[in-house]
Amino acid sequence: MSSRRSRSRHSAASRITDDQIIDLVSKLQQLLPELRNRCSDKVSAARVLQETCNYIRSLHREVDDLSERLSELLANSDTSQAALIRSLLSQQS
Amino acid sequence: MASTAVSNPAVNNSDRSLLRRKKKKKIPNQNQNLRNQAQAAQTEWKSDTQQQAYSSKLLQALRRVRITGGAAPKGGRAVRDAADRVLAVAAKGRTRWSRAILTNRIKLKFMKNSASHKRQRVTVTTGNSRWQKKPRVSILRLKTKNLPAFQRKARVLGRLVPGCRKQPLPVILEEATDYIAALEMQVRAMTALTQLLSGASSSSSSSSASSSSSSSVNALNQLGSSRHPPAS
Repeated sequence: MSSRRSRSRHSAASRITDDQIIDLVSKLQQLLPELRNRCSDKVSAARVLQETCNYIRSLHREVDDLSERLSELLANSDTSQAALIRSLLSQQS
Repeated sequence: MASTAVSNPAVNNSDRSLLRRKKKKKIPNQNQNLRNQAQAAQTEWKSDTQQQAYSSKLLQALRRVRITGGAAPKGGRAVRDAADRVLAVAAKGRTRWSRAILTNRIKLKFMKNSASHKRQRVTVTTGNSRWQKKPRVSILRLKTKNLPAFQRKARVLGRLVPGCRKQPLPVILEEATDYIAALEMQVRAMTALTQLLSGASSSSSSSSASSSSSSSVNALNQLGSSRHPPAS
């Protein structure tokens, strides 16, 4: 394609090729649970980016929720269970 | 490859042309090496040993957070920070996001600048309001690369992945790939840890289900004893 050739002449200076980016976007698409099974013809690169952002945000939310639960568990179990953990950890510290 | 060209000084012109050709070929070879490294890192985030190592280190870090709970921010935020820090350490400095997390920790510690936390949260909420618009382009050819919608989404993604605010597009994409794999492992490990701890606490309080408590004790034991040798 002539457009690719002219673009590659420009991007040779910056060493970033279209193929590289297409490759990275398709790899990212494989990771996303929403888009994994769609064939790449029907999914635009912008859609992949949007799903990536949404997925990262949902993962952040999950980690935040898990952090809350873990902190509650560690704070509320001041009895034998915390002593249990402490003894386990102190065995190899 | 360049060394073989140098060791044959017989024909200079062909050597120079060989060097020129080999210099051009170096770039795709480097890319191939980087891709192999990236794939190896991807599978590593999914491995059980990585998850075990992360879980045990997280337990240690959480115990430290509990004991010195006076000055540090309490509750979920402290756990989240510890979890992110241990995750970044588990990345072994291979990626930008991990280095950014660790340097941010140090900066915050020494400068005590909590304003940066607030700034981060503000950018996330403004990013949310942008997703109301639907993307208008639906072709995968990379003429979309220069469209403002695409660029905007790329910038938002750059802000989400730590350490990638001013990076060019391929860097952001690579970092996001590794970051997602690492986050998934973090979620798996913390979920397992939560189940273990909630199982242990509920059974110890009831003290009737001895089998379940012993199984969670065994699991905790495994986490506590599975120590990897210090990174060389």
